[in-house]
Amino acid sequence: MALDFSQIIPALPGLADGMLLTLKLLVMAVLGGVVLGTLLALARLSDNVLLSRLAKWYVNYFRSIPLLLVISWFYLVVPMVLSWITGDLTPVGAFTSCLVAFVMFEAAYFSEIVRAGIQSISRGQINAAYALGMSYGQAMRLVILPQAFRKMMPLLLQQSIILFQDTSLVYAVGLMDFLNTARSKGDVVGLPHEFLLFAGAVYFVISFGASQWVKRLQKRFAV
Amino acid sequence: MSAMISINNVSKWYGDFQVLTDCTTGVKKGEVVVVCGPSGSGKSTLIKCVNALEPFQKGEIIVDGIAVGDPKTDLPKLRSRVGMVFQHFELFPHLSITENLAIAQVKVLGRSQDEAREKGLKLLDRVGLKAHAHKFPGQLSGGQQQRVAIARALAMDPIAMLFDEPTSALDPEMINEVLDVMTELAQEGMTMMCVTHEMGFARRVAHRVIFMDKGAIVEDCDKDAFFGDINARSERARQFLSKILQH
Ligand SMILES: Nc1ncnc2c1ncn2[C@@H]1O[C@H](COP(=O)(O)OP(=O)(O)OP(=O)(O)O)[C@@H](O)[C@H]1O
Ligand SMILES: [Mg+2]
Repeated sequence: MALDFSQIIPALPGLADGMLLTLKLLVMAVLGGVVLGTLLALARLSDNVLLSRLAKWYVNYFRSIPLLLVISWFYLVVPMVLSWITGDLTPVGAFTSCLVAFVMFEAAYFSEIVRAGIQSISRGQINAAYALGMSYGQAMRLVILPQAFRKMMPLLLQQSIILFQDTSLVYAVGLMDFLNTARSKGDVVGLPHEFLLFAGAVYFVISFGASQWVKRLQKRFAV
Repeated sequence: MSAMISINNVSKWYGDFQVLTDCTTGVKKGEVVVVCGPSGSGKSTLIKCVNALEPFQKGEIIVDGIAVGDPKTDLPKLRSRVGMVFQHFELFPHLSITENLAIAQVKVLGRSQDEAREKGLKLLDRVGLKAHAHKFPGQLSGGQQQRVAIARALAMDPIAMLFDEPTSALDPEMINEVLDVMTELAQEGMTMMCVTHEMGFARRVAHRVIFMDKGAIVEDCDKDAFFGDINARSERARQFLSKILQH
């Protein structure tokens, strides 16, 4: 069987749109996931037993179920919850429900990274911040978290690269991300192998390239 | 002289383990008190109770008329008025020296960036490190970092300073540059409570010396009495002194 890649060129604008959606989902999910993950990490480390236990349950729960399940489930649940809250039926697209699913799922992983980061900062640093009169919030925001994030940046980025690949699971709810676009375009012109091979190459180049970049960054940070 | 810090019958436990037992002492305004004692005797714990970095279960500590253990006390505000210097400096490594000096002035005291920067530079000059303002803590020697840490505490215009073994993490050749800054500070009338084993400093600068052992204050007397009549001291204090004065 001879492969014919020529049909990919006219499909490139459509594929670019798909990639744009993938990247948009990725960036928003990473930002939301890191924010929620940080809050979870702070809850987990707090002296409040209830708060700490809730955060622990949350993390353990989301780390024990498949992402595909979360995506499918949120696709059904998010519109329902929103209509309860707002009172009337608000149609939310697949994108929003996927974003919520990713944020909540990834927050569990990010929170473990951030927690390790916070714990790697010596007790003396927070004591010094307190001794200068800072509140807990100031000490975290100005002293502990900036150091923790700096230390954990490579791990956060690695996790984001994994998330980049996992965004492809949105095909389950029909969202036209990069992979789903490539698949459907390939089917239309009858060249599914070529389009999937191309998609694979693109994922590989981006993920591998990003991963190499993170490794270089890690070395520089280590100095 | 009136009491700046008074510690009355303070006891503290870690679970079943009693770290502090009925500690009673005080520091008057302008007084320099040195706290010494063997490792694990509770010196750090006691000094950290003064600015509530450690909670205590029994007794009371009053700092400038404010009860530290009172749940209604605004602890951040109290702490912002008491300077503390740590064994391991604890400068913020992600901030430049200038920012280290300015951050709490701006965020806690609400001073303007310019005002904070100027004050920081003045204090940096005072500890002889003005030329290093733009550097990061990691680029300074231990002695320099500790001088910056002292300047950072002074930038808050503290009513008293607490030192927890400020020279014990330093190479011997750097100890004096830090002790000199502390000596100057004492001579200017700063109220100071210093955990240190630098007995030369205690002799020269302290008004009173406290000796702790196993969580209790065993000796609390005038510097001259402490170093003068060694036979009047307790057995433990004598042992400790003979060990420490041998180096
Ligand atoms: N968080 C803690 N939990 C349990 N025990 C502790 C804790 N912190 C300190 N201790 C114990 O309390 C005792 C007093 O400690 P502290 O650090 O006050 O001693 P120190 O006199 O400052 O000693 P050093 O000269 O070594 O600094 C020690 O026996 C120590 O092991
Ligand atoms: Mg100590």
